[in-house]
Amino acid sequence: MEKYIKGRVWRFSENVDIDQIIPAIYLVTGDRQELAKHAFENVRPDFAKEVSDGDIIVAGPNFGSGSSREHAPRALLGAGIRCVIAPSFARIFYRNSINIGLPLVECDVDAADGDVLAIDFADGKIVNTNTSAGYTFPSLPDFLVDLLDVGLIENTKRKLKRTG
Amino acid sequence: MTIAEKILAAHAGKESVSPKEIVDAKIDYVMVNDVTGLPAFEVFEEFDANPILEKTVLIQDHYVPNKDVASAEQAKSMREFARRYGIENHFDVGRGGVCHQIMIEEGFAAPGRLIVGADSHTCSYGALGALSTGIGSSEAASAMATGELWFKVPETQKFVVDGELGKYVMGKDIILHIIGDIGVSGSLYKSMEFYGSAIESLHLSDRITISNMAIEAGAKCGIIPPDEAVFDYLKNRVIGEYSPVYADADAEYEDTTEYDASEIVPLVATPHLPENVTPASEIDVQIDQAYLGSCTNGRIEDLRAAAAVLKGTGKSVHPDVRMIVVPASKSVFEQAMREGLIGIFMDADAYVSGPTCGACLGGYMGVLAEGERCVSSTNRNFIGRMGHPDSEVYLANPAVVAASAITGRITDPEDLLEG
Repeated sequence: MEKYIKGRVWRFSENVDIDQIIPAIYLVTGDRQELAKHAFENVRPDFAKEVSDGDIIVAGPNFGSGSSREHAPRALLGAGIRCVIAPSFARIFYRNSINIGLPLVECDVDAADGDVLAIDFADGKIVNTNTSAGYTFPSLPDFLVDLLDVGLIENTKRKLKRTG
Repeated sequence: MTIAEKILAAHAGKESVSPKEIVDAKIDYVMVNDVTGLPAFEVFEEFDANPILEKTVLIQDHYVPNKDVASAEQAKSMREFARRYGIENHFDVGRGGVCHQIMIEEGFAAPGRLIVGADSHTCSYGALGALSTGIGSSEAASAMATGELWFKVPETQKFVVDGELGKYVMGKDIILHIIGDIGVSGSLYKSMEFYGSAIESLHLSDRITISNMAIEAGAKCGIIPPDEAVFDYLKNRVIGEYSPVYADADAEYEDTTEYDASEIVPLVATPHLPENVTPASEIDVQIDQAYLGSCTNGRIEDLRAAAAVLKGTGKSVHPDVRMIVVPASKSVFEQAMREGLIGIFMDADAYVSGPTCGACLGGYMGVLAEGERCVSSTNRNFIGRMGHPDSEVYLANPAVVAASAITGRITDPEDLLEG
């Protein structure tokens, strides 16, 4: 995982649920790029067209609530989103994101659409380059840092190798 | 320790665990459905391993019978996965139903078990005293291969509901009342434990509704201490042995909230969050569709409650309303036929179909058009959940769904039958 990223903000409010991130009607594939075409289609039809690689989502509390669909973080990765920042996340979305390599940061950040944020994962710091406001966030437990880094697939392969 | 802590400790091979600790625990079952299965099977192929056959359960329910070619391909991938590895626990069209109902009916869910499923309403089996929780597709694949998964031990909150419930008040109203109080993130990452005389008085079906919707408060699980109602249900049904787990007398709870059951009335959760609860008798909303079904309220007890309202009034579904009834499983459907409930629904002009999750998540079999409103016995009223982004879903218990179907407006059954 990259230790430092800089990206443009897509701002969302609180309680963004999985049905908003990827409407259930498109749940007939697990392909990231295919899912990305329909990300936020019902609530923000411009998102899929205008999102670019390296963008960041900043949202209110309880991001990713509802369904267990891993299709949601897959769609965000497919759209080029490199990090989601919110004061809190729904737990299955949180697990899914870490497992497939989408970094999440639990932090209450003040940012508007189009602002550019710089995130330093190693030091736990965020700067909004438009407002110069700075924020800090606690580091993840070592287990989750490793999982985010290698991914659940590699983590499972190692476990299978150990247990024979 | 609380129930969740004790179950996690036992499955992690530890004497004790504490909240926030991360443990690797052995799971008893891992379940995937046709929507979450395909991505899991693709990931599984990376492992060069065989699935642990006795722990793996595959259930076709979201988009079967298939809604289009893509969903047909998806369902086919599950059949092929089952055949390739010889997985016997595969419930296909005509042999099963909505996944959580099948996990319970077929005896996979039991007290003290640790069960994961790639579907957020896996928390339903808490009603039988299991720690069951929703996971993603990749980790379902990992659990099929290793029989283990990582868990963060949750803090536990205690909810006590004492007193007598009103005639048309169901498990749905208890959980909506609680979510209305604590909010949709009121139990984020946490385990909910339910106690009190009102909970004990409920039959298992209503308890399943309560545990089922724990996720709508953000919870990891919603557990009810198992009693005779659970043990009786499991006789001649449960697979293998099980041992009930109860909280220690000195278990530490993050907080305890008490409710008076007599103050709970038939409720409706208005768009677009399950926390927006209001008494059904206090709102006047015209509806276009009434939906009865799902893992939340598609059991025989739910069908009985709705049929009793239709029969009690002797009226048919309002001419401007489509009522859709979807029993949650083949055996619920068969029982409803034996009891004459299917006839009551059809005589009242309701549409009855075989089990599927389709309409609940806006997939098919009851999708809403722009501006339409549906009173629904399901679990989520999010934006666009059942169809067009400008359609609306009002969550309610099965008796409210039936009463509203008759009047064409959201209606408390008490106002219709006793008023």
